Amino acid sequence: MATVSMTVNGQAVSGDVEGRTLLVQFLRENLNLTGTHVGCDTSQCGACVVHVNGDSMKSCTMLALEAEGADVTTIEGLAKGGELHPMQQAFKDNHGLQCGFCTPGMVMSAIDLVAKNPNPDEATIREQLEGNICRCTGYHNIVKAVQQAAQGG
Amino acid sequence: MYDFNFHSASSVDDAASKLAAAKDGTVMAGGQTLIPVLKQRLASPSDVVSLAGAGLSGITNNGDSVTIGATTTHAAVAASGDVPAALRSVAEGIGDAQVRNRGTIGGSIANNDPAADYPAALLGLGATVTTNQRDIAADDFFIGLFETALNDGEIVKSVTFPNATKAAYAKFPNPASRYAMVGVFVAQAADGVRVAVTGATDCAHRGPRLEAALSANWSASALDGITIPPENLNSDIHGSAEYRANLVIVMAKRAVEAAG
Ligand SMILES: Cc1cc2nc3c(=O)[nH]c(=O)nc-3n(C[C@H](O)[C@H](O)[C@H](O)COP(=O)(O)OP(=O)(O)OC[C@H]3O[C@@H](n4cnc5c(N)ncnc54)[C@H](O)[C@@H]3O)c2cc1C
Ligand code: FES
Ligand code: FES
Repeated sequence: MATVSMTVNGQAVSGDVEGRTLLVQFLRENLNLTGTHVGCDTSQCGACVVHVNGDSMKSCTMLALEAEGADVTTIEGLAKGGELHPMQQAFKDNHGLQCGFCTPGMVMSAIDLVAKNPNPDEATIREQLEGNICRCTGYHNIVKAVQQAAQGG
Repeated sequence: MYDFNFHSASSVDDAASKLAAAKDGTVMAGGQTLIPVLKQRLASPSDVVSLAGAGLSGITNNGDSVTIGATTTHAAVAASGDVPAALRSVAEGIGDAQVRNRGTIGGSIANNDPAADYPAALLGLGATVTTNQRDIAADDFFIGLFETALNDGEIVKSVTFPNATKAAYAKFPNPASRYAMVGVFVAQAADGVRVAVTGATDCAHRGPRLEAALSANWSASALDGITIPPENLNSDIHGSAEYRANLVIVMAKRAVEAAG
């Protein structure tokens, strides 16, 4: 066991983890932040995407100890004062989710993609979301949601 | 995943000594290959030594060549103005955005997946791999299936790519994994025309017949009559050996056209 410390959604946190503990396990099991999902064991689905020091990453493919000292944002850290983040609102407005399993990762990836491509066309959005798999929506409304959020809600 | 001791190395020497002290240690860069491998219990190291803090990240262009530190992420290479366009496009086409935010050039070449993209770029540009022990020419680096010239415990520090007059990479990605079904890198390099193929066999390799044809005539049509024998080519549920044989020529032509 080793102790890991990081900032999650603006709060300093620490906990005891094994070498093999994944960041997603630390978030879900130590911190009870179960909004970040696990949809596969092959690093392909993107349900686990969080922001680490501002970049979107798969928290299932990162050790908790690798996040020592890092600034982590999860889906729980987006809404402020009961108000949805514009990307969350855009997903809601555009019916960009059905079962919602992929949604936390989808939203975290989408926020990163808009931060890096402020005015993304449809092809860019689809390309940048290649790491997020949705089994329900057919992606169409997800792309619309990202377009709406990119245009300022 | 079996448990292991995790260490953070502060330098290459520190990583080497931590490896030497471990019963069965391995280095980790972005973990985008190693962690999935550990999850599947295909490896069970006693110790994992992270290179993230070892100071191996960064890109320098000295006019004749560009040197990319081993732990530079694919995203950083794709976004760098110091990296020639052909190499940027290789990095940009790897996996997905989240894999590119963590995966590194050193990890990609040390792993030497048969469908990885960077090995084709190293061979296509005649790059040199610098380790904590020596310099290794790309032509001598990629040996076979997941096998490289690296000794046990040898650590990649950087890769240096000489400038090319013209260069481009064309990849046919597997629609699910984004790895190359076949990828072809072509270049008019300092030492002549180079063509490197990945995804088709057990590891990336040069294509001497394609190089000869393009040396005589740098155009897609120069590849017209060439056929690649399907024997020894990869064959799986995604594509037969014959399909890949054809794809080599198609991708080589697209690469030449893209290089101009
Ligand atoms: C969903 C997904 C899609 C992908 N798609 C592609 C793709 O389209 N094309 C492609 O090329 N790759 C693809 N990859 C692989 C990706 O590029 C990895 O980042 C890369 O193969 C390994 O880099 P890494 O830094 O993550 O290495 P790690 O996983 O940390 O390490 C991989 C291996 O290299 C060794 N190693 C790492 N760094 C060094 C070093 N400096 N010196 C010596 N040994 C070292 C490690 O010990 C380990 O054995 C994909 C991966 C995933 C998960
Ligand atoms: S859980 Fe599927 S990519 Fe992380
Ligand atoms: S909404 Fe169900 S998986 Fe995307």
